[in-house]
Parts: sequence; C-alpha cells; structure tokens
Amino acid sequence: MAQFIVRRLIATLILIAGVIVMTFALARLLPGDPARLIAGARAGPDAVAAIRDRLGLDEPVHRQFLTYVSNVLEGDFGQSIITRRPIAEDILTFFPATLELVLLAGLVSVVLGVALGTVAAVYSARSADVAVRGAAVFGLSVPDFWLALIFQLVFFATFGLLPFGGRLGTGVVPPEFVTGFMTIDSLIAGRLDLFADALRHMIMPVAVLAIPSMAIIIRVVRVSMLEVLSQDFIRTARAKGISPFQVYARHALGNAMLPIITVFGLNLGLLISGAVFIELIFDWPGLGRYTANAISASDYNAIMAITLVVALAYTLINFLVDLSYAVLDPRVSLK
Amino acid sequence: MSAVVHPSPAGRRPAIARMAAFAGAVRGFATSSGQATIACSIVAFVLLAGIASFTAFALDTHLTTFDPLKMDILSRLQPPSAEHWMGTDKIGRDMLARVLAGSWISLTVSLAVLLVASVVGTAIGLIAGYVGGLVDETLMRVTDLFLAFPALILAAAIAASFGGGMVPTTIALAAVFWPWYARLIRSRVLSLKEQEFVAAARAMGASPARIVFVTLLPMVWPLVIVQATTDVGFVILAASGLSFLGLGAQPPTPEWGALIFDSLTHQPTAWWLAVFPGGAIALVAVGFNLLGDSLRDHLDPALGAAEAGV
Repeated sequence: MAQFIVRRLIATLILIAGVIVMTFALARLLPGDPARLIAGARAGPDAVAAIRDRLGLDEPVHRQFLTYVSNVLEGDFGQSIITRRPIAEDILTFFPATLELVLLAGLVSVVLGVALGTVAAVYSARSADVAVRGAAVFGLSVPDFWLALIFQLVFFATFGLLPFGGRLGTGVVPPEFVTGFMTIDSLIAGRLDLFADALRHMIMPVAVLAIPSMAIIIRVVRVSMLEVLSQDFIRTARAKGISPFQVYARHALGNAMLPIITVFGLNLGLLISGAVFIELIFDWPGLGRYTANAISASDYNAIMAITLVVALAYTLINFLVDLSYAVLDPRVSLK
Repeated sequence: MSAVVHPSPAGRRPAIARMAAFAGAVRGFATSSGQATIACSIVAFVLLAGIASFTAFALDTHLTTFDPLKMDILSRLQPPSAEHWMGTDKIGRDMLARVLAGSWISLTVSLAVLLVASVVGTAIGLIAGYVGGLVDETLMRVTDLFLAFPALILAAAIAASFGGGMVPTTIALAAVFWPWYARLIRSRVLSLKEQEFVAAARAMGASPARIVFVTLLPMVWPLVIVQATTDVGFVILAASGLSFLGLGAQPPTPEWGALIFDSLTHQPTAWWLAVFPGGAIALVAVGFNLLGDSLRDHLDPALGAAEAGV
C-alpha cells in the first residue's frame, strides 16, 4: 500500500509541475500578446510597451518561467483589473461562498444520484428504470445557465416562492465572518432567521448545480450496480435470506463503490465549471462570478491565476480519490 | 452495421446499391428501438433545420420576415405571436429566424471540434497503445495533463488567450475533447494488439505504421464514431457556454449561448428570448446523446457504457 501511495504521489507531483508549465505556456506563448490584452484595446503602443517591461515580457522565456514559478510559490498572481486588489486575496475572499455551494451541490448530487441509480438498476428495464434514465439524459443535456434562468422564471418571477439571487435578502446584515459559510456563520451567531434565509437562497443554485452531476452519477451507479448484481455472491446473499434492502445497500452498493468515487472526483470539475454560470446568474458572490466577470473584462491575470489554482485543487482532490481506492479496495494496492 | 450487400453483376451501378444498403441499415437502426427512433427523429429535424438555414444564408434569399439580422425597431421585444413564433428581440429581430440560424452555427462548430479532437485523439491513442513503453508513458502523461483542468475552465483560458471568437473557441474545445479519444482508443488497442490478426500482420512483415493505420484503425473507428455522436451534444453545450461568457460567437452572430446572454438584461419579463435558444440547445443535446447511446447498443452491445466512458 505504501508503494501505491508513493507511486501516485510522484505521478501527482509530475502532474502539478505540468499544470504550472501549461498555465505559463497559456499565459505567455500563445499568439495573443498578454501585454496588449492587459492594456486593453484602446491603449497606445507606449502603454503596451510599459506593461511589457513591467511584466518582463522582453526577457528570455526561461527567465520568465523562473520568475513565474517563484511568484506562484509565493502566492503572488499580480493584481486584478476589476477589483484593483491582489488576485490571491480576491481568491481567498470569494472562495468560501463557492465552496459552500459546491459542497452542498456535490452532496445532493451524490445522495440523489446513488438513490436513483440504484432504483434504476434494481428495476432494470421497467418503467422506473426508463424514467430515471430519461431524467439522466435530460440532466446531461440541458445547459445549466439556461436551467438557472428557467428556475428564476418559474420560482421567482411566476410563483414568487424563492428569492432571485444573492446569499441573503437585500438589506439583511450578514453574520460575523467566521468560516465564510453563510449557513454555519449564522448558526454560530445564533441567528436562526439568517440561517433559514441563507438556506432559502441556496435552494435554486444548489439544485441547478447538482443536476448535471447527479445525471452522471445516476448513469455510473446504474451500470456498476447492474454489473455487481449479476455476480454470484449476490445470489448467495439472497439465498441466505438477507433482506433485499441489505443486499442492495450493503453487498451491492459497497462493491460498486469504486467507480462512484472516481466519478465524484471528476464531477468536482463539473461543479466548479458550473459554478461560473450559476453564480453569474444567481448573483452569488463567489469565485465563479469572479471568474465570469474576469472573462468578460478580459482580466487576463485573474483568468490565468484561477485556472492554475482550480487545476491544482482539482488535481489534489483526484489524488485523494486515488488514495481512497487503496483504503476501500485492497486489490488496488496489490496491482 | 454489417448490412449484407447483395452481389450484383460487375459495373451495374454499385454506388446506388451501396447507398441502398446504407439506407436500409439506417432504417434498420432507426426502427430498432423506441430510443433510436426518437433520437433519429430529433437529429434529422436538427440537421434539416441546419441545412435549411445554411441554404438560406448561402443563397441570400431570406424571406422578408425570416432574416436573422433584419431589425425592426417598431416591433421590438414582442412576445411570441402568429407573425413571430418565438417573439422578437430588443431590436426587433425575429427570434425563430435567429434560433434556426444558430442551428447551423452550432452544428458547424461541433463538427469542426470533433473532427480535430477525434483525429488527434485517435492518432495519439493508436500510437501510444501500439508502440507502448516510453512513448506510451509520455503521451499518456500529456493526456493526463489536459484532463487535470476542469474542462470549461481550460477551454475558457485557451479561448481567452487567443482573444475570443469562433476559431479560438473551436481550438479550445478541441483541446479539451481530444484526451478522451486518446484514452478510449489506447485502451482498445491494448487489448486488440494481443490478438492473432495483429500477430499475423506482423508475421507477414507489415511495418508498424501499416499495422497501426491499416490493421488497427478499422477496428477502432466504430468506437470513435459512437463517442463523437454522443459528444456532439456536449460540444454544443460547451460552445454555447463559452459564448454565454462572451468568449465564443460575437454579436450579431445568432449563436444560441450568445442569444441567452443577450437576453439577461431583459429577464424575467422577456422570457422567450432565453427559453427558445436554450430549448434548442437542450433538444440537440438530448437528440445526439440518445443517438450515441442507441448507436452503441446497436453496433456492439458488448462495448458497454463502462468502456466508452460515461
């Protein structure tokens, strides 16, 4: 097992080095002139030259790369054009709001996805299966930014059931900043009314964000459950007289766990991508809305910094997913 | 799809016989299951819409009310009516004409993206799988690198580096889609190359290049077709997402994602501006998703969903 962990660790470190090289290449080597992009379309040649000089773009590429790496290691990503603050600070400020959204959506998608995928496998080829599979195809195919608008149209504009967007109602003073999670912070402050308000504001964004990733989980759970259910030990378990629920929940689901965890790791990428749209539409003050604004303002430094940070986080999470294999399935570390 | 072509006397219109056999195979597939029938109907409808809108554009014979760019400021922001089935936008352009024109744009973009992605991915997968060793290791580490970024974030960063627009969007999406083809083909080649027909080809003195492109390629390309069919929907989703963020199609191009972004300032009152273009994206994506799934079942049920990815 130790050998497996070391091997995965080395592979992950190589990957992280690759990610840094690639973001550098994206920022410096592609045909677009970063100085021109940062200066904006209306800047004169002098302004562009000044930026080239400040960024060290006239230095040889390997020197530029070393500067880039040392800046990244120090957590220095330069300044954002929009907020006029260091990008690293911005990322830390906006991160908790996104994390709250992504974690909750991830949880919802796993719980519902596993439940529905199991139902589809258990009632394979019957109407419940057809309905769940249809829902999964639909969930994979609908653009989430569109679904978000439809939800607003239905639940806010037509029925007035849920708030339009934001994390709290307008004019409501937020609780003291402790974790950055609005739900937890309001509980710490002992304000149940704020907690309820925060939850109400999360219903639509979480639902829209969870749908595509739930659809993928449904498909994976269904396929791997079908595979497990056809094996001999399931028949043995049934023959021993174990209740059907026990057979499905413990014997089958337990053995269908690996693909589910793999897809959960991959889904985090989907959730982070989705957050860009969802936060923009629901006016959620997180990293996603920050990214969308950076893109529309051509805030080049910010885009590249977010790309790097998100890719690093994503790589680390998938490393943890790999490690969990070794814990969950002893056969993995023997291979 | 091993349709039996009836032996015909030499030189007697073999092309027509081939087309008839192909049409028969398509018909056989389209009626093989309810899902396939639904999928084929949706896709046929979308292709027709795309071809019709392209023809109208190419011949420049827009009907007067059917020009996606024709403004009519007096009838701006009209809800759907008998005259404008999908309403009009903020400067009075007909939404139905714009959504239809968007079908052509989306289909071309996804065709271009998938062509590049599948050719690059298949080539890399074939080489990595067949050659093995250090070549395999290097190519697969590069593949992993592209998968280390959340797809949309990487696509957005690449498109932004090129300054946005349709061509950068196409490159950016090809860059995030090819690794899946490389992985899929490699894993297939790894199992194929142990089989006897490859050993036979090698024994007959075939060069590695010949084995890869003449012996192995025909064995893997049905996989590529199935995967690409499923991916059409995902590429259209991703392309419209980039346009929604302002990176893809630029105004006044009636790309679906751009149309929805344009409508944001008029939400929720002018609901038709967002509902129809988004519905079009969803319809196309559902159609190609179902088509890919049924094609997989129809061509080779043994392939299974697990091997071809989700």
